[in-house]
Amino acid sequence: MSRPGAIIEGRGLRVTRGGSVIVDVPSFTVEEGEVLSLIGPNGAGKTTLLQTLSYLTKPFEGELFFRGRKVGPECPVLTYRRAIAMVFQEPLLFDSTVFENVASGLKIRGMKRGAIREAVTESLGRFGIAHLSDRSARSLSGGEAQRTSLARAFAIRPDILLLDEPFASLDPRSREPLIEDMQAVVKSTGTTAVLVTHDLLESLRLSDRIAVMDRGRILQTGPPEEVLNAPVDEFVATFVGTGTILKGQVVRNGRDTATLSVSGREIESAGSFPVGSHVILCIRPENITLSVPAATLREDGAPVTSARNVFAGTVTRVTPMGFYQKVGLDCGFPLVSYVTMQSRESLKLARGRSITVSFKATAVHVIKKD
Amino acid sequence: MELILDGVRKAFWLLVTSDPEVMGITLLSLRVSGLATLVSLIIGVSTGTLVALTRFPGRGLVVSLINTGMGLPPVVVGLFVTILLWRSGPLGFLGMLYTPGAMILAQAVIATPIVMGITLAAMQQLPKKLRLQILALGATRLQLAWILTKEARLPLLAAVMAGFGGVISEVGASIMVGGNIKGYSRVLTTATVMEASRGNFDMAIALGLILLVLAFAVNLVLTRIQQKERPR
Repeated sequence: MSRPGAIIEGRGLRVTRGGSVIVDVPSFTVEEGEVLSLIGPNGAGKTTLLQTLSYLTKPFEGELFFRGRKVGPECPVLTYRRAIAMVFQEPLLFDSTVFENVASGLKIRGMKRGAIREAVTESLGRFGIAHLSDRSARSLSGGEAQRTSLARAFAIRPDILLLDEPFASLDPRSREPLIEDMQAVVKSTGTTAVLVTHDLLESLRLSDRIAVMDRGRILQTGPPEEVLNAPVDEFVATFVGTGTILKGQVVRNGRDTATLSVSGREIESAGSFPVGSHVILCIRPENITLSVPAATLREDGAPVTSARNVFAGTVTRVTPMGFYQKVGLDCGFPLVSYVTMQSRESLKLARGRSITVSFKATAVHVIKKD
Repeated sequence: MELILDGVRKAFWLLVTSDPEVMGITLLSLRVSGLATLVSLIIGVSTGTLVALTRFPGRGLVVSLINTGMGLPPVVVGLFVTILLWRSGPLGFLGMLYTPGAMILAQAVIATPIVMGITLAAMQQLPKKLRLQILALGATRLQLAWILTKEARLPLLAAVMAGFGGVISEVGASIMVGGNIKGYSRVLTTATVMEASRGNFDMAIALGLILLVLAFAVNLVLTRIQQKERPR
């Protein structure tokens, strides 16, 4: 029996190619109606896991359950395949008109002509390509082609939509509106979707849950904010752009807080941990505040800020990152912060500048090391 | 020079008056080679698709055998089919030797590997993920093969051209298994060989011209379809 609410459940999924393990996922569930994204670097096994879920590439070890029924013996493979739809990075359109392309999945299912016309027209409308209906698929732009591919997938009203980097090769101008349109269609139809992407922002924006993969394994699965703020290990922390990852040791525990020693300095974090244990500290760059030294101290020398961690630091590097500035700092230990262009100018941030660095105890995420 | 001009003049006359013998030979040629091409398409496209889509031990060998088969010498095929159909041969009981049927068989044997090889290449040229996409759309194995064949239709037209072009101009096998029997198994190529060896150059030139025009016309039609379909 599989859990209620799970539309897909995988057990002991393992794919090996030429002796090396590409996917090794002991248990995996996709909940009914959710958008789950698989993220990770190239070669993490995201696409292979997705194709395993689609039951398209064999052989793989393990069992797949669709709404509690085992695919194969209890749920015929064709039935399962007809419950899913898949969109790849390449549009992979057929050499015919847009209409024929969107109709193809329905034709394969032997649907009646009138019903096909209706479903195709609806799907074309949802993706704003009704006017392209009679155009040859060869004459489409990249964005239009990918819209057609998505319309083709949605026309069959799939229970599960599997997306393999569908926006990766689009230019920003066609990418943005398409992501918005797809999100709207997924929401309004309540379609369950599994999205493979290496783009963190894309997955944060679209997903209800994120699974971070590396070297064939799923390291962490959880809602976007959880993965972002509470990575389970250094790899996930790095991948989600944690910025500052420090090694430390627990010195003592206070009320709701712990004091951790990092390179001889003391940092406070939320929670409590065994004294003496070695830990890893993660601090996201957007949670670190910079200020001019004088502004953060009252006349008696006490800090004005409510943040528990206040350090005097020196700017080691300022890197423009487009919409924000990445600031490297040295407070006896290295830190990374993001500031706006405006802050950079008002704080006169430049290499060698002395600055006050502050962050809350709750901004420090602690990973226990074993 | 006189010989050629005279031959061309007489040939032209034979064509304009639609000489019954010439017409008979032409029609038989078209029928035999057309049917042989059809047979080779049925076998070649299905087998070519199957080989392209499946992985099995010894597949590499099969592929190289098909590619070798694309250049089968017609005379060898003629010899093989003759032995097969010989009165005391394995298929001798059919009594098919020296009939148009035997010629269709021999020509189909020549054309099939050509069609198969081109089909194989055409299928393998399609994006690999297209197969996954079609299966993900819910296709059965048979539907997959059909959709892929449709997607490869342009290169498959080339297979038709190459197959038909190969057998209509082939002489060795046809003469061996058909026997070049007047009014029964005489086709354009075998008749041309015979007339030329007899010194009847007018007749030979007329037949040769028809052969050229036929080959040209078939290819013209197919090429036009292909060009029309080609993306701008």
